[in-house]
Amino acid sequence: VDVTWYLVLSAFIFAIGVAGVITRRNPLVVLLCLELMLNAGNLALVAFSRMHGGEAGQVFALIVMVIAACEVVVGLGIIVAMYRNKLPIDIDEMSELRG
Amino acid sequence: VWFEDVLFFIAAAGALAGALGVVLLQNPFYSVLSLVGHLLGLAVLFLLLHAEFLAAAQVVVYAGAVMVLYLFVVAYIGGADEPLRPESGGIAVFGPVFALAVAIELCIAFISSGLQSLDTNGAELGPGFGSPGRIGELLLTDFLVPFEAASFLLLVAAVGAVVLARRRRGLEDEGTGPMRERDEVPDTETLEVRV
Repeated sequence: VDVTWYLVLSAFIFAIGVAGVITRRNPLVVLLCLELMLNAGNLALVAFSRMHGGEAGQVFALIVMVIAACEVVVGLGIIVAMYRNKLPIDIDEMSELRG
Repeated sequence: VWFEDVLFFIAAAGALAGALGVVLLQNPFYSVLSLVGHLLGLAVLFLLLHAEFLAAAQVVVYAGAVMVLYLFVVAYIGGADEPLRPESGGIAVFGPVFALAVAIELCIAFISSGLQSLDTNGAELGPGFGSPGRIGELLLTDFLVPFEAASFLLLVAAVGAVVLARRRRGLEDEGTGPMRERDEVPDTETLEVRV
């Protein structure tokens, strides 16, 4: 399979993530769609690493996974804080950042 | 070699279906499960790209630990069904169109980039490409600074999550209660501060 197939697949996964971030209103699902976009980037990095024949892209993908984990932790913390403060779990309602 | 092709298309279909499921399913619980399927498909793709360590990390850390965190929060909040499309019809139309434009633009950028080896299976690989040993060696030599920065970032995120998600009133009540009893003879400075 050509490397191009992997890149096209990652482009489509990224686009699906973009569509989800734009259309969904549940912040949990928006976080999941952010994961989709990060994973699409990971797939492209690993495909380029395979194309290039060096492992640097894989190390970058590993770091991206760390960033994704951090983003999940902080995002879920914010969502739990919203729930505790009886705020609506809906990003359209969350228009200000004051706690 | 045909086996790799078949495996690629199965895994790619699985990853795409999982991604679509994340966006299209109404219940956040099913969205999380769909993302787990997506991640497993991606892990197979990583294996096909000779990224063995990354595939293992993807399955164990991502599909395992991080998704369990999601499931906990979904179960805690109670994943309420929501209407898929927002009431304002503009975003519902604009979103998919914009996403399609992004996909086409990315494909054009990839294919017309003129990279020589895009149409090949990739470069010749040495032995042990993508093995844990090689990745660890790179992490501790060439990429030491990003590695340390990532570990520090994980620490900051963990502390931040604890600060975000704690019960503020509960902690203060527990914290100040015993303190008052303990300081039977407080000096005036701390008393003033506390008041």
